[in-house]
Amino acid sequence: MTIKLTTAAAAIALLFSTGGALGNDKPTDPQIAHIAYTAGVLDVEAAKQAIATSKNKTVVEFAESMLRDHESVNKQALDLVKKLNVTPEDNDTSKSLSQAAEAKRQELAKLKGGEFDKAYIEHEVAYHKQVNGALETLLIPSAQNAELKSLLETGLKLFQGHQQHAEHVAAALK
Amino acid sequence: MFITRAAIVLLSMGAAAAAAPSQAETIQVSIDRLVYLPAEIEAKVGDEVEWINRDALVHTATVEGGADVLLPANKTGRLVLQEAGSFDYICRYHPNMKGRITVRP
Ligand SMILES: [Cu+2]
Repeated sequence: MTIKLTTAAAAIALLFSTGGALGNDKPTDPQIAHIAYTAGVLDVEAAKQAIATSKNKTVVEFAESMLRDHESVNKQALDLVKKLNVTPEDNDTSKSLSQAAEAKRQELAKLKGGEFDKAYIEHEVAYHKQVNGALETLLIPSAQNAELKSLLETGLKLFQGHQQHAEHVAAALK
Repeated sequence: MFITRAAIVLLSMGAAAAAAPSQAETIQVSIDRLVYLPAEIEAKVGDEVEWINRDALVHTATVEGGADVLLPANKTGRLVLQEAGSFDYICRYHPNMKGRITVRP
């Protein structure tokens, strides 16, 4: 499990550091904005699936808080890119995040009840861990604009909170 | 007659205020970017804590097995401290947010 997660986080870094996909060592601000925004949107979609599927009060409440927080932060992100006149730029990292999320969505769609709850929450732990790793090691250090960097830093604190929240829910499900 | 009565009421209110050993206070804790500020406060029984949430996020101030104050986005929440002791609290939605209230009797 741990190895898998590390690999996932490393995959994001690799997409950039090899330079193969983007021909660049570091993502640009428009790419970073796109990745951070995409990461939020994907978690909102996962939350909607959980709210529609789960019958567990704790799990639904967790999903509702993900929906609320990620929508709020993404609204701030949109306001910021508008203010900075930055157009978020699609890139291979955003694409691979979206592909992985779609695969997970289909996998979760086959599950019901406690099995769904457990798989959803475990994925939320893993997903936030993965995004936090990318924020810490790649996105925050690469960000050029101070306001973008600051929003990403708040985002990291928020996502770390979500990871702990998910870990608490996962422990309660056992 | 009315005037006299009003005067008496005013007088007695003044006396009550003067006689009270110490007024209950309101202690403010602001929340900015997922941090309680100040993170640690001291108070006495009867005081009130007011959390001022400056984030566009819903937070809580939650003592495990105790008080649970919901702090909506950009709003405030209050709690009157009823017992002495040292209370660690967290946000239920973001458990990496941590604070402590020490309440003197
Ligand atoms: Cu919170």
